[in-house]
Parts: sequence; structure tokens; C-alpha cells
Amino acid sequence: MSPSASDAPLVAAHGVCVEFDGREVLHNVSLAVQPGRVVTLIGPNGAGKSTLARVLLGLTQPTHGRVERRANLRIGYMPQSLTIDRDLPMTVRRFLQLSGVKDAATLERTLEEVGAAYTMGQPVQVLSGGEFQRVLLARALLRNPDLLVLDEPVRSVDVTGQAELYDLIGKLRQTHHCGVLMVSHDLHLVMAATDEVICLNQHVCCAGTPESVGRHPEYFAMFGPTVAPSLAVYAHAHDHAHDAAGHVVDADGHNHHHPHEHLGDSHG
Amino acid sequence: MPTGIIITTRMNISATAMDDFLIRALVAGFGVALICGPLGAFVVWRRMSFFGSTLAHSALLGVALGYALHFDMTLGMFIVSVALAGALYLAERRKTLATDTLLGVLAHAALAAGIVFMAFLDTLRTDLLALLFGDVLSVTASDLWWIYGGGAVCMVVLIWLWRPLLAMTVHEEMAQVEGVNTLLARFLFMLLLAVIVAVSLKIVGILLITSLLVIPAATARRLSKTPEQMAALAALIGCLAVGGGMAESYVWDLPSGAAIVLTATAMFVAVAAWPKRRTVS
Repeated sequence: MSPSASDAPLVAAHGVCVEFDGREVLHNVSLAVQPGRVVTLIGPNGAGKSTLARVLLGLTQPTHGRVERRANLRIGYMPQSLTIDRDLPMTVRRFLQLSGVKDAATLERTLEEVGAAYTMGQPVQVLSGGEFQRVLLARALLRNPDLLVLDEPVRSVDVTGQAELYDLIGKLRQTHHCGVLMVSHDLHLVMAATDEVICLNQHVCCAGTPESVGRHPEYFAMFGPTVAPSLAVYAHAHDHAHDAAGHVVDADGHNHHHPHEHLGDSHG
Repeated sequence: MPTGIIITTRMNISATAMDDFLIRALVAGFGVALICGPLGAFVVWRRMSFFGSTLAHSALLGVALGYALHFDMTLGMFIVSVALAGALYLAERRKTLATDTLLGVLAHAALAAGIVFMAFLDTLRTDLLALLFGDVLSVTASDLWWIYGGGAVCMVVLIWLWRPLLAMTVHEEMAQVEGVNTLLARFLFMLLLAVIVAVSLKIVGILLITSLLVIPAATARRLSKTPEQMAALAALIGCLAVGGGMAESYVWDLPSGAAIVLTATAMFVAVAAWPKRRTVS
């Protein structure tokens, strides 16, 4: 009953139920995230994905069941939606500093790692969707996390940007040796970037490798015969990638060009 | 209303006494503006201006309480403000009604209770107009102690609270995951506001107090790139408004609180109307 320390889950839910005003939104859910593994929660709107993430983060108490977290677990959290009010002047640098990390070199390095180094001095309100998601990812990484919890990390990002972000998350998992729990409602790309998929609709419908979940009857039933078969496991083999502004960088993230003044699209 | 309304007349005050009044008033006004700047920035960011107004509405109750129990009027206002902040904090945790609605209930209940309470205290003679609109020339030495003592304590607490409060203003749950005690930070911020409203009331009065929090901060927004710049600029703009407003009040014999607010508003309009091309480094 005592697995070796490196295999012990970072966080685990055991028979978790959550009720809001007498309505059950999660029923008897169990899952575990091991170090270095990417676990993705998929499911339709209202399936309780974000609630489950909140339970694992300790933001919501389960009505029944329990959550185990490794002692002194450091979590980097990327929330589903974050809009910074126009009344609040805030540069990317200042936003990253809010994590409590002040060291300029660490901030530079982390923002570089997510391919958004050129945004450092810009106001957060002018960033495009993809740029802002990368900045959020950098903020989560600054805490040197054992576990990354990413709620819809590719929201408001175009399709190529999505693939690149999933690629990046996969890479970060290796370079930072952290476990990743992702919440997503899109299917195609996320499945490929994942070790384990948990299909949630208030209870765990099915779970396993992306391939096995893709063939599971419950998965078909949930997403319908038109969507499910089109699932293609995404294989990515580029010799270069793009950072958030479309600058060409080689596969391990170094800039080929000097960053230049970038006028981001404003978003929501 | 049995409370006597005294219209302050300033004609007969001798020149030296006038100087004393004026200096005290200016010192008091600058003190209030300095602390209202940074605190007001948070009021704007956290959309809490209605909370500020609610605290101000409860001030009549505080004045009556202070009188009935024989202690300082500012202390009475502070006690009522803290009680109100506590009531709101508890009501918010139940999460049944929107904060805006709760404030609507609390603000007017407190105001009505204050009016009724004051009606019972036949012997209470207070300058209701000064309470409503402020009378900066009635500032006493003990008021200055309240403003600078309370202001200094608030400033220290605010600096200590700055990063966690800013982090939770951006995203409450992200801050929580990063280890911020958001319940404590939120309660402390309400207390800070309660102190500031209580000590600032003599300067601009119940009906105008929120403006001293909101207008300088709103004016500073367009000129700032970081939250800290906005807070510092708001303090500076507040001081300019106090200085300008008091000068106008002295020269044209205007009600001082209203003159201060209008001066702040004029600066707000001037900054808002400034052509957009200008960037501040």
C-alpha cells in the first residue's frame, strides 16, 4: 500500500461527490495524477470538469469522498478565463511578478520558455488570445510547480496556435518534470498531447489512453458518431515552430529573429 | 428634525484665526488625499465604490452613537463602519444575494437608523450640513491626529497587503492557489476603507466621500502603466484637488468639500479629453 515516492500520485481524488444546492454535479469520481504524466479531462459543457479541477486544487470542498495531495505540493494554476479590467494598468512584467517571483532573470527566462519574451513590457490588455495564454502559462511555471493545472489552456487560440500550445505543454512537462492536469472540451488535438484521457460527465464515463478512449462506446455516445471517428491522433514533427507572434523559432525554442515591436490584436 | 442646522459664516473670523483654520484644513486635506489615492485605486479596480458610499451613509449613526456614549465622533463612525464591514463580510459568505443588493440594503438601513437615532437625542446639536457636505474649516487638532495616525496605520497595512491584494484583484482563485489568504485580505481591505471613510468625512462629507476615492484614481488611470504608478498619481492628483479646491473656496467663498470634488472632476475631464496619441513612459 506504499508505492515508491516517485510513483506516488501528486494529487488523487477518491470517490469524490460534489453537490451544489442539493444538485449533484460530480458523482463518485476517482483519479490520480502521477509525476511527469499528462492527464486530460474531457466532457461536454456542464460535465463538472472545472469543478473537479477546483476540488483537486483545494478551492472547493467535496461533499463526499476525499482528496489527497502530496505534502508541500506546489501547484501552478492557469484559470479558465481571466480578463484584466481596463481600469487596472498592468504590464506583462508586473503581472508575472504577482506570482511572488521578483527576480528579473527568472521572469525573462520563463517568458522566453513559453515563446512570449517580446511581450514583457506590453500592457496585458493588448495581447492576443494566444499570447495571453502563454503569459498565463509562464505565470504558472514561475512557481516551479510539481503539478500544472490548466483549465482550457487553448481557449480563444486559433487551430495552429492550439497545436503549438499543446506541443509546448508536452515539452514543459518534460523540462520541468511536473504532472499536468488539463481540462478541455475540444477533442482532436488535446488527445494526442495526453498520456491519459478521462471522459467525464458528472461521473467518469471512461478513462485510459487516448486511443482506447477514442474507441470507447461511451465516448461515441457522448460526442456522437460524426465527431468521434474524425479523431486523428496528432503527430507533430516540425523542424521549427512559431512563438506567439509567429516569429520562427527552432524546435527547442530559440529565436531566429530579434524580437521586434509587436502590435497584438486586442481581445475581449 | 430637532438637530439644529448651523450655517457656518466665515465673515467675522479674524485674519490670523483664518490662517490657522486654513493651515489645519490644508494639512488635513492633504493627509486624506494621500491615503485616499492608493486606497481609491483599489476601490476602482475592485469595483467597490458603492461599498465606500455605504460606509459613508452609516456615518450619521456613528455620530449619534459617539454622542450617546460620550466618545469621539470619529471613533463612533469607525465603530459603525467596522460593524457594517463585518455584516457585509458575513452576508457575502452566505452567497445568497449579490453584494450590490446587500449594500443597497445596508446603506439605507444604516442611514435611516442614523436619522431615527439622532431624532431621539434631543440635546444633540450637530452641524448636519457639515456632515453631509463636509466642512474642512471645522477641522480640529484632534481630527489631524485621527487623519495622520489612522492614515499612517492604513498606509503600512496597505503596503504589506499590496501584492496579495493586487493578485486577488486580478484573479481571486489563482491568488488562492498561490497561497494568498483571500478572506483575510478582503476583510482587512474593508477595515482600511472603514478607517479612511471615518477620518475623511469632515473634509468632504457623507455625500461626497466616495468621490475622493474614485475621481483621483480614475484620473490617474490614463497616465499610468503600472498599478503602483496609478496609486501614486492618484495621491498626487488628490492633493492638487485639495489645494485647488481650498483656494477656490477661500477666494470665492465656496463650500470647500464641493469645491475640492469639482476641482478633481475638472482634472479628470482634462485628462480624459487629452488627445490619445500621448504616451507616458
